[in-house]
Amino acid sequence: MADSEVLHAEHRLEYPYSRSTGPIIGAFLTALRDGRFLGATGSNGSIIVPPTEYDPITSDDVGELVEVGPGGVISSWAWVSTPLRKHPLQTPFAWALITLDGADTAMLHAVDAAGPDDLATGTRVTARFRPASERIGSMADIEAFVVEGGAA
Amino acid sequence: MSAAERTVRPVSIASFAQSQNVRKDDERNEVEGLMPVIAEVFGNIGITKDDVGFICSGSTDYLIGGPFSFVMALDAVGVWPPKRESHVEMDGAWALYEAWVLLQEGEIDAALVYSFGRSSLGDLNEILTLQMDPYYEAPLWPDIVSLSALQARALIDAGKATEADFAAIASRSRRDALSNPKAQVAKDVSPEVLLQDEYVVAPLRRHALPPITDGAAAIVLAAGDKAREWSDRPVWITGFDHRMETHSLGARDLTSSPSTAKAAEMAGVASGKVDVAEIHAPFAHQEIIVAEALGLDDSVVINPSGGPLAANPLMSAGLIRIGEAAERIRSGKADRAVAHATSGPCLQQNLVCVLEGE
Amino acid sequence: MADETTAGPVTTLATPIRLDFDFTPGVAQSRFLRGLEQGKFMGQRCPSCGKVYVPSRGSCPTDGVPTTEDVLLSNVGTVTTYCVVNVPFAGQSIEIPYICAQVLLDGANVSFMGLIQEIPADQIRMGMRVEAVWVDESELTPSLASVRYFRPNGETDADYETYKEYL
Repeated sequence: MADSEVLHAEHRLEYPYSRSTGPIIGAFLTALRDGRFLGATGSNGSIIVPPTEYDPITSDDVGELVEVGPGGVISSWAWVSTPLRKHPLQTPFAWALITLDGADTAMLHAVDAAGPDDLATGTRVTARFRPASERIGSMADIEAFVVEGGAA
Repeated sequence: MSAAERTVRPVSIASFAQSQNVRKDDERNEVEGLMPVIAEVFGNIGITKDDVGFICSGSTDYLIGGPFSFVMALDAVGVWPPKRESHVEMDGAWALYEAWVLLQEGEIDAALVYSFGRSSLGDLNEILTLQMDPYYEAPLWPDIVSLSALQARALIDAGKATEADFAAIASRSRRDALSNPKAQVAKDVSPEVLLQDEYVVAPLRRHALPPITDGAAAIVLAAGDKAREWSDRPVWITGFDHRMETHSLGARDLTSSPSTAKAAEMAGVASGKVDVAEIHAPFAHQEIIVAEALGLDDSVVINPSGGPLAANPLMSAGLIRIGEAAERIRSGKADRAVAHATSGPCLQQNLVCVLEGE
Repeated sequence: MADETTAGPVTTLATPIRLDFDFTPGVAQSRFLRGLEQGKFMGQRCPSCGKVYVPSRGSCPTDGVPTTEDVLLSNVGTVTTYCVVNVPFAGQSIEIPYICAQVLLDGANVSFMGLIQEIPADQIRMGMRVEAVWVDESELTPSLASVRYFRPNGETDADYETYKEYL
């Protein structure tokens, strides 16, 4: 059989999943919708953000939820000069692991900055939330983080 | 229980086969791609499917976009009369582990393990996002290159590596791949030249990324008399373990790999001299992290096959590390080897297999 | 919805997945589909056991060897088993009740699923001889949509012994 006779077709796989959040993730997302951050108290007293139902290191149940952020420090980052179609920002940006003030673990999000020269590990950033009317209780309620005191 | 306290039934890597690793195999379906590999892995030692008591495969349906594609793939083996069979939604190295555990029971003496995956059919960056935490990470669609770049940056900031180190690893891998006829990316290019590559996601330049590869691989495991019957110089698995770390990316120290270190301890890597290591580090900087966690010194030959920077067939690249390490021993180039496989973002899950010749 | 005073706690999160693929059915299935485009059923024979598969995925699922010999199959076959669909569901394009049957084409050793029309649903039976009704030649595509349905061809029912091993 000639190569050209092998067929090809566009194939789309689509699942409209809807997930239960449970009490911990649900509380975090509810707080995000309100423009606030919550962390969970781990079994050794560390504050886990974003909070999981269990301590990711000890696997114990987590304790009370406490408010953290909205500012924090970049613990690592990577500069995306050509965003992919599903990325949260469609202009050049950085992915970053951000340790919010009061937290002991980092959360992944996008940082909106003019260029890589504006960023470094240790740079202070703060969350830029979407307008309250657009927030639904999702990580995307945070449009991006921006450098604290910066023009953005 | 430490590695030394474990009683393990000796199991050998009796045969290994892999497909040609290519950027896009768009003529054949999964079954057609697997059949020659299965035929070769049996043919190497003159056996048939009737000689194995268990079949275990590793693959992920998201690569092809077809649910339960692993069931269809069994047509490449022919599972009649009904065969004892299993599948893991993991790299074939984990399927090998399952088969090895079953062989420990002593009920069967041989098993076929295979893995397959065509990375070229969909958008790999989007597909691999589905392995992330579905609440906190996946909704942002972070791609695997960006996540690996975060890890590379952390490594650089910690003073444990430089971009030149990444280029040196890529250069060595591609040069070594020149002697691997199955490799996809093989060329003699200096680190200095590679450092002129553009950033894909800074600080990772093009050469620090694995190629997108379509491919498949298979191994036959044998224990007892069959191990000797099928090989003049059996390659024995003397240690085998796998471990994982938290799903919360931001709760991990990305500059080290405690799960690799624990697996290495349990597999007894340090109980003898390591001649060669086949490390499944899809991104160049990850080799530095894994080598440290395995406790390898500078005398160890790393990835003489070219490793995943020369060919990275998803779901098979880990199994191929074990096969390549075994071939080094079988050919007499090494007496003791360590093979490593990884899964998940930024080395989340790691498997270590120690191999020894007689 | 984001009014703090009225919105309840977040309990669910929509996480839709949409992935696009360049799918290929491979060499053997392409041959089957190309056959449909020409208004015929193409199967492949196993060189080991001699069974003819339609469609073939390129291997004999019993023996695990490549099926390389192409076999042109008949337009006529036997209903081995069937069900009558009475349940409406989203996207349904056929009026209920309708018959969904396994059809063993003459010359094949596996049956495949087909719609049975031109007969009241309560008259379908195992062993019934049926023939494929194709779309107009201008509408043939490399797809099972080229087969509109199967219909009784008036032959005497097949003897149970001839198809009992294909149930």
